Amino acid sequence: MQPDLSSYLFIGAVLFVCGVICMATKRNAIGVLMGVELVLNGANVNFVAFSKYTALGLDGQVFSLFVIVLAAAEAAVALAIVLNFYNNHLTVDVDRGNKLKG
Amino acid sequence: MVGETLKFWLMIAWLLPLAGFVVEIFFGFYSKNPRHSKAAAWCAVGCIGIGFLCSANALRIWGNANDWCVLEVAEHSNAHADPAHSEETHDADKALADHDHSDADSAKGQTAYSGVIYTLGVFGSLEVTLDYYIDSLTLVMFTMVTLIATCIHLFAIGYMSDELTDEYVDHSAHTADGGHVHRPGRFYRFFAFMSLFCFAMLGLVLAGNIFQVFIFWELVGICSFLLIGFYTERKTASDAANKAFIMNRVGDFGFLIGLMVLWTFFGTFRFGDTVVDDQVVDQGLFSMVHRDNTGNLTREEFTGDVLITDTHGHVLTNEDGSNRQIPYYLMVVVGLGIFAGCVGKSAQFPLQTWLPDAMEGPTPVSALVHSATMVAAGVYLAGRFFPMFVQEVLLTIAYTGCITLFLAATIAMVATDIKKVLAYSTISQLGYMMLGIGVFGWAAGLFHLITHAFFKSLMFLCSGSVIYGCHHEQEMPKMGGLLWKMPITAFTMLVGVCAISGFWVPFGLEFSGYHSKDAIVASALAFNYANPAHFLLFLIPLLTAGITAFYMFRMWFYTFVGKPRDQHVHEHAHESPWVMTVPLVILAVFAWFCAYGGESGRLYLMLTGDEPAHVAAGVTAATAGGIVLPGHDAIHAVHGQAGTWALIAALSGALIAYVLYGTSVVNVEEMKRQLAGVHGFLANKWHFDELYDALFMKPAHKVAAFCAWFDGAVFDRILHSAAKATVIVSKWDRVFDENVVDGFVNLIASATQSVGTSLKVVQTGRLRQYVMFIVLGVVALFAVMFTTFPG
Repeated sequence: MQPDLSSYLFIGAVLFVCGVICMATKRNAIGVLMGVELVLNGANVNFVAFSKYTALGLDGQVFSLFVIVLAAAEAAVALAIVLNFYNNHLTVDVDRGNKLKG
Repeated sequence: MVGETLKFWLMIAWLLPLAGFVVEIFFGFYSKNPRHSKAAAWCAVGCIGIGFLCSANALRIWGNANDWCVLEVAEHSNAHADPAHSEETHDADKALADHDHSDADSAKGQTAYSGVIYTLGVFGSLEVTLDYYIDSLTLVMFTMVTLIATCIHLFAIGYMSDELTDEYVDHSAHTADGGHVHRPGRFYRFFAFMSLFCFAMLGLVLAGNIFQVFIFWELVGICSFLLIGFYTERKTASDAANKAFIMNRVGDFGFLIGLMVLWTFFGTFRFGDTVVDDQVVDQGLFSMVHRDNTGNLTREEFTGDVLITDTHGHVLTNEDGSNRQIPYYLMVVVGLGIFAGCVGKSAQFPLQTWLPDAMEGPTPVSALVHSATMVAAGVYLAGRFFPMFVQEVLLTIAYTGCITLFLAATIAMVATDIKKVLAYSTISQLGYMMLGIGVFGWAAGLFHLITHAFFKSLMFLCSGSVIYGCHHEQEMPKMGGLLWKMPITAFTMLVGVCAISGFWVPFGLEFSGYHSKDAIVASALAFNYANPAHFLLFLIPLLTAGITAFYMFRMWFYTFVGKPRDQHVHEHAHESPWVMTVPLVILAVFAWFCAYGGESGRLYLMLTGDEPAHVAAGVTAATAGGIVLPGHDAIHAVHGQAGTWALIAALSGALIAYVLYGTSVVNVEEMKRQLAGVHGFLANKWHFDELYDALFMKPAHKVAAFCAWFDGAVFDRILHSAAKATVIVSKWDRVFDENVVDGFVNLIASATQSVGTSLKVVQTGRLRQYVMFIVLGVVALFAVMFTTFPG
């Protein structure tokens, strides 16, 4: 069976939902970051799929490349924050970081 | 070129006192020991002394440049059978005048120089400039003013030496608790004011346009004000200063009206023509009116308006081709207006009352400002502006002078303050000068101005020396017998007294007053012969010549001979130091001999050299019954007769004075009692002060009181109710502001706060919760999108 657009979108949606659940449930900051990566890659799958099956052309693939680069940058910044957070709190539990509570 | 040289020397003489003033007033104050230093005085003496040398030099240059031709020509024309000759050729053939002139005129050449010193500003067609106008009158005045001023400055060094102290006690000024006023001495300030005055006076004489005259006219006025009020703590002195200033403003009001009319019709203020390379580039006032061979102004035939002409007598035209002219009555207004200024400045009737009060100033001031120079400026201007005066104005001048000279002389007979006698004498002599000018004795009036300046400043300085020697006692009834206590003062004063009385001495040693007063009386007599209706213009001056001699000898006998009436004053009296007596001697020499030679002497001929052209020939009456003005010949014919009469009058006046005050034949006190009515009337100065008080002061006070009441009752009430209304409105406004405006603003603030409070619960700080919000938000967006845009 030749895969069609909806099967790619389905995989993208699964990745996205997995990422969101990961972000929502993990208390470990690294885990949250991994969830973010999953969400982004879910979006990448969608871009590439649309690139293949619609008139979007190469644009979708270029977009996904950008997303990858941005994700790398984001991960670097986020990891730096996490390291600092650890230095201050001796933990990476995101629930402990509630200083901005209103 | 001569004009430039003269201008140079006179400018130095003119501006040096100004520099002196600046130095004295500023550096005098900032110097180390200003209250004890005589530096300011020597600075002032130096400035005016150098000014005198410059003026004398200018006089010499002027004379050499003209080969002293004025003197020769004047003698020449005396011998001339027909003095109107040159006048006639001038009129008959104007175009050829330059070529065909009689040699008398061409020999005379240019003797008056005029031009621009500095342009102050140009407003449309009005040019306000500082000009110069130099003729023999200017030069004689310059030399006279600087010479007298030098002597007086020197005298003042001695006279004002009381002021060289840190604490001067003014015995005539009292504080509120009855004590005397103590104040720092004002030696340098006195000399600064004197220098400023000299600058202003010389500027007035040098002035080449009538507006410039007005500027310096006011400047001498302010100097007079400052110097009269020099002892400003004395109520009498500050009142006298105010009186002098205000009465002068009355005259100056007329002056301003004259200026306005002049500007409107002539469009220039300059006296003389500005000549560049023998071309007239800027015509002055004097050549704008033209006189025909009868001496009358050229007038339009039907309307009688005075025609305005160019230098050669051709009538000027307006742009529309009509003749430029000025209504005759406005010529009268111009003359009377300018003369009104002279009346104020020269203390003529009816503005004479300020001058006696001005004696509150220090005596050197009285000598310089209020006898020799400033008050004579009125006469000077009347002489300078003479070409513009018409017959009616001259008659007014003559009668004003006549009334003044009689009025003041009678008051002087009963005055007991030595300076007041001299003050009234000054007014009287100024009246003589005005009379002389009014009856067409142009040179006679100015001749008397010069001689009077010498002998009157001499007598004022003598009185100053007496006052100084008697420790500031001015009342003659407390003096007497001072002759050998202060001989130099007494004998120099005797010279002055003889000079003003006009005594004749053989061998050509006549006193100057003899020549000058004779000249005036002769002019008056000639005028009287020509116009029999105006006989008072001769009789009153003749009578007053006697009165003059009487009150002057009365003063001298009262002061210097007889028994000492106050032992205390007599014992402490002493002769003054040399700085005071040397000026007396110098002035005495000039007072005696300055008119040496009389009508053929240098001074008189200098003055006649530049007299207005129509004076020599006289003026024929323009209408039947009009006024005839006598020429030189007519005056000359009656000179001997007038002189004899005047001398008899003077001698009898002096004799009466001797009998009454020099001997004890007649009891003067008894006479005074018998004639109490007349004496009281004269001693109260003809009640002029009371009259002016009732006529002007009282109504002015009434009006002022009414204005004050009106101000309090009406204006203040309006202002107060306006203020109250404002307060009420403000109170209401405050309530509105606090409740409505503030309430609205507070409401917004509290609403914002409650919204914030309710929204802050969302900010939990829990990361995973935020992710849930994001997810739920995305899901909700999807839901909305799919329901809103299905397919």
